[in-house]
Amino acid sequence: MQTTQALVLRTSGTNCELETARALERGGAKVDVLSHRRLQDDLPRLTKYRVLVFAGGFSHGDDLAAGRVWGSDLRAIRRELDAFVADGGLILGVCNGFQVLMESGLFQPDRAPEERTLALYSNASNHYECRWVQLAVERSKCSWWTEGWKFPVPVAHAEGRFTCKDEATLEELRAAGQIVLTYQGANETLSYPENPNGSMGDVAGICDPSGRVVGLMPHPERNLDLFNRPDWTRFEGRQEGEGVRFYADLVAAAQG
Amino acid sequence: MAPVTISPAPPQAWRVEVFRRPTVDDPEGTHALAAAQALGLSSISDLRLGRGYLLPPEFDETQVLRTVRELLADPVLDVARITAPGEMPAREGAAFVLVARKPGVTDPVSQTLERALHTAGIAPVTEEDLLVTTFQAWEMQTRPAEEHLSQLSKRVLANVVIDAVSIDDETLYYGRPAEAEGHGVVDVPLLKLDEAALVQLSNDGLLSLDAAEMLTIQEHFADQGREPTSCELETLAQTWSEHCQHKTFRGLIEMDGEVIDNLLKSTIAKATYELDKPWCISVFHDNAGIVEFDHVDGETWDLSMKVETHNHPSAIDPYGGAGTGIGGVVRDILGVGMGAKPIANLDAFFVGPPDLAPDQVPRGSMHPSRILRGVVAGVRDYGNRMGIPTVAGGVWFHEGYTANPLVYAGTVGLMPRWAATKEVRPGDVIVTVGGRTGRDGIHGATFSSVELHEDSETQSAGAVQIGDPITEKKVLDGLLAARDARLFRGLTDCGAGGLSSAVGEMGAECGAEVDLDLVPLKYPGLSPEEIWISEAQERMVLSVPPEDLEACIKIFDAEGATATAIGHFTDTGRLVLRYGGVVHADINMNFLHEGNPRQTRKATWSAPDLPTPAVPVLDDPGATLLELLKRPTLANKEWIIRQFDHEVQGQRVIGPTSGVRNDGPSDGVVLHPVPGSKKGAAIGLGANARYGRLDPRAMAETCIDEALRNVVAAGGDPTHTSLLDNFSWGNCNKPDRLGSLVHAAKGCYASAMALGTPFISGKDSLNNEYRVGDETIAIPPTLLISALSIVPDVTKAVTMDLKKAGNILMLVGETKNQLGGSELHALLGMDGGEVPRPDLRTSPDLFACLHAAMQASLVRTCHDLSEGGLGVALAESAMAGDLGATIQLSYAKDLNRTSALFSESTTRFLVEVAPHQVAPFQEALGSHPVTQLGEVQAASRLQISDMNGDSLVDLSIDSIRDAFNGSFQG
Repeated sequence: MQTTQALVLRTSGTNCELETARALERGGAKVDVLSHRRLQDDLPRLTKYRVLVFAGGFSHGDDLAAGRVWGSDLRAIRRELDAFVADGGLILGVCNGFQVLMESGLFQPDRAPEERTLALYSNASNHYECRWVQLAVERSKCSWWTEGWKFPVPVAHAEGRFTCKDEATLEELRAAGQIVLTYQGANETLSYPENPNGSMGDVAGICDPSGRVVGLMPHPERNLDLFNRPDWTRFEGRQEGEGVRFYADLVAAAQG
Repeated sequence: MAPVTISPAPPQAWRVEVFRRPTVDDPEGTHALAAAQALGLSSISDLRLGRGYLLPPEFDETQVLRTVRELLADPVLDVARITAPGEMPAREGAAFVLVARKPGVTDPVSQTLERALHTAGIAPVTEEDLLVTTFQAWEMQTRPAEEHLSQLSKRVLANVVIDAVSIDDETLYYGRPAEAEGHGVVDVPLLKLDEAALVQLSNDGLLSLDAAEMLTIQEHFADQGREPTSCELETLAQTWSEHCQHKTFRGLIEMDGEVIDNLLKSTIAKATYELDKPWCISVFHDNAGIVEFDHVDGETWDLSMKVETHNHPSAIDPYGGAGTGIGGVVRDILGVGMGAKPIANLDAFFVGPPDLAPDQVPRGSMHPSRILRGVVAGVRDYGNRMGIPTVAGGVWFHEGYTANPLVYAGTVGLMPRWAATKEVRPGDVIVTVGGRTGRDGIHGATFSSVELHEDSETQSAGAVQIGDPITEKKVLDGLLAARDARLFRGLTDCGAGGLSSAVGEMGAECGAEVDLDLVPLKYPGLSPEEIWISEAQERMVLSVPPEDLEACIKIFDAEGATATAIGHFTDTGRLVLRYGGVVHADINMNFLHEGNPRQTRKATWSAPDLPTPAVPVLDDPGATLLELLKRPTLANKEWIIRQFDHEVQGQRVIGPTSGVRNDGPSDGVVLHPVPGSKKGAAIGLGANARYGRLDPRAMAETCIDEALRNVVAAGGDPTHTSLLDNFSWGNCNKPDRLGSLVHAAKGCYASAMALGTPFISGKDSLNNEYRVGDETIAIPPTLLISALSIVPDVTKAVTMDLKKAGNILMLVGETKNQLGGSELHALLGMDGGEVPRPDLRTSPDLFACLHAAMQASLVRTCHDLSEGGLGVALAESAMAGDLGATIQLSYAKDLNRTSALFSESTTRFLVEVAPHQVAPFQEALGSHPVTQLGEVQAASRLQISDMNGDSLVDLSIDSIRDAFNGSFQG
């Protein structure tokens, strides 16, 4: 079996590309890291990969809005990205990468980016938050993650509150299997900081209608080793962080 | 500086204001409203922010609409108001305030927008030809009282040092800053001046040079038979500043009949050289210290570390000062050896009491809460954007910091061994990389060397620096790529003194020639002096072999960072500056670096004359414990910690908090920086605001003990630990301030020698005084000690949260009646008494034994005892583990139960051990005092009784958590 090739994309202000590459490697892929500018100069290269990841950070400083400038840059390569997905490739956006995909409009391919009805914006706490949360996999088009699986991950963002133009839009997404990951808490109704940013429907990650473009705010690539989670000294017998499985499942899905 | 060109109101530019829809939260509005209410501006009842942009008037309507729809406004969240050039906006509400950066002040957002307009194809011109500016439009639906509106503008919405404010007025600047007048050579006639006139010249020019230094300069130029140029005089002032030369530490000191020749070399550095550890790779001569980390797959990895102060800039502009403090220390790490990758930041803040009554704030100062919020936001926005985790830190509160806060920023770097050394060769090209040069930060180095006063804010406006972390991130990415391609030979950062210090320092041994008109500028019109001494941020200087120049420039260009050749290094021993081909400076390098007169200062110190207070008797020690947990220095700092990304780069072993709910304050933090290595790096801090006034030497020894306790408690090897020192003191021209500094430095030497922990780097800030009228107030003498320790096996790291009911709790170390300077005394308003001081005969071995016990996996939990003593440590560990404990104190006869609970004696740890490992643990600790305290309980109560069985403390964990969380929020 051939090793799955993955490409981690970065641009000015991206800062999670190395741990993201490490996570994909731990998940079984062969990984390249490339700047958006270099990819734009060599677009045919994209066909070599099965997984394309937009890594986290502060692309272009998030100066106009989180992910907006890089998201705008994707308009110029939209045709190639659509072909990549149509050909069975998987696109993942983590944290700022999720914000970039959101701004690009890829989650609602039938609309112009500036007509989208979904958004990510300022946390309900009104400030940047770095903390560990519990995630759960929902029933969605991304069937490679086991429905009901729960695992700890850190979030680290200021603009991670998922929202829709209205409740009906959220229900449409749910019905279409586009809600992929949610925050979890002690009770059915979550309180802060279980839902760390006030996201509508406790949504942490979504996908496009095909399930092959996925974005999430939390950082599974920061939970690869047994000693990453803050309560690890309380357990015995763990071999690795839960994030390895998250990426391994993704890489395996891209293979098939 | 020449006057600024102001366009008439309203501006001749397209104006866009983007507001959140009424149904969507407006975080900035909410924050500003809360801050206004905290200041008592009761008539401010609503605020909303419009993010404002001025776009070129040449744009047609389609271009403006595309800009708004594609780049400025979110379709779900925002509404935009567009106003044509010269028109009045359809302003809503009853009052409004416009805030814009003053011309020439760095504005990263406008730069990003200019770039994005170009790349999106909206504006078909290059970004250099575009002019976009930004502003904030604050609107209120209810009109506040006029006085409140004015206070709101000045104290909440804007920092008048860098911002222009207009109330109910649509005037906005749209233009570039005006050009400086006269770029010719300016001679400064000083050969004929007497001493008084020389000092006057220095004061008027903000040169911070004293009489002896001015006389030396006069003599030097008299020998040359000419007057100095202003460029030369500025270069000398920057290079000879206290900030750059550390004249106090390197000078002569007379104290108690002894003459100390170079305090640094006779104490702190002396310990390092005498200890001569083979794992110290580079100490004291580069931008940061370098120590060995590990060998992995044929590569040897080193760690570098530096901690800086950024006190005075943070007093004037907390946000910008703290941010550029981080930016500066990160560049120190980028500039150590051939460059290291920054892997962690730390920060430590010392501010006035958060509950200070508004009328107690000295004139010209900000309220401590505003300063703290500002510095936290500054560190957050810079560190997070750089992608460097802010892992360690602390906040200390004391009245003495109200007018002169202290802001420390530190960075740890990772580098391969081959990159640990650098060189400069004559003929190498001088290359600047990174940010463009503007008027920001003129006179920062000399400003930081004088005391603050109530007019500092207005007089030193030019000294404020504005950071742009993304530019620095581009420099980081380009620099490491160029390093690995071996495209340069040496480098340093542009810090205090700007190019003058960086080029002067790199060329000190050979010589340098610079053409100042080649330096890339943010806007035209800077004078040669301004270019030379500007402290514009995010710049580095490289020495590049001529044959590698093209490749080097290309590699930076690929990251969007500009690299520019501005001159070359020579073998003439002279520093030559040209502008437009005309020589503006020609100075002997040796005079520049070695020519300043060494000064002799007098020092004396005597302990404050205070009676020794009796140990207080507490009616209800449990209630006292809760009161202590509420004190700001001890209370939960989560509101700060959670705003910093402590997880980026994925290296976490122990983070700033631990436990079941991740709310227990960790001692040291541990990182796992090299995949494939078993080893970790532990970082610990030690500092105290209260001990130093009573006993500076004990304070220094105690801070070192605390930093070491922190790393050892987490699993660090005490025999493989290095230290960094950062002294912030009052004006050391005053003998009593200098005397206490000497005592503290001697304590550093004694501790380092006893513990075998070399100092690898340090930095001092010695003019922390605040003048109001005739009075001068010094800060409490404050030493921040940072410890960097190797963790042999990260899987054996230990956290501070209690783990399992039935396990045994032990106290390691000896408790004495040492309440002097304690949090308990501060709570009870008491002064005097014995300050804790470690016993350097026993503490090194105690650390070693405890570490050995951890390596043998005998320790389940370890928490160091510091402020608040045993009582606070027990409460924190129980809370973090969501478990209870029953404790019986078996204190020695002469020890009061108050001391047993709250004394801050050093070298003590709370340790949890499994029942079957109690004996091996006691054996591992040898002859050191180990006291069995009690047992971990499943029931969530902390119960402490005295040796007679009488209850002292009986508290639920919930009440402990409430006290710890409740009192202190940003």
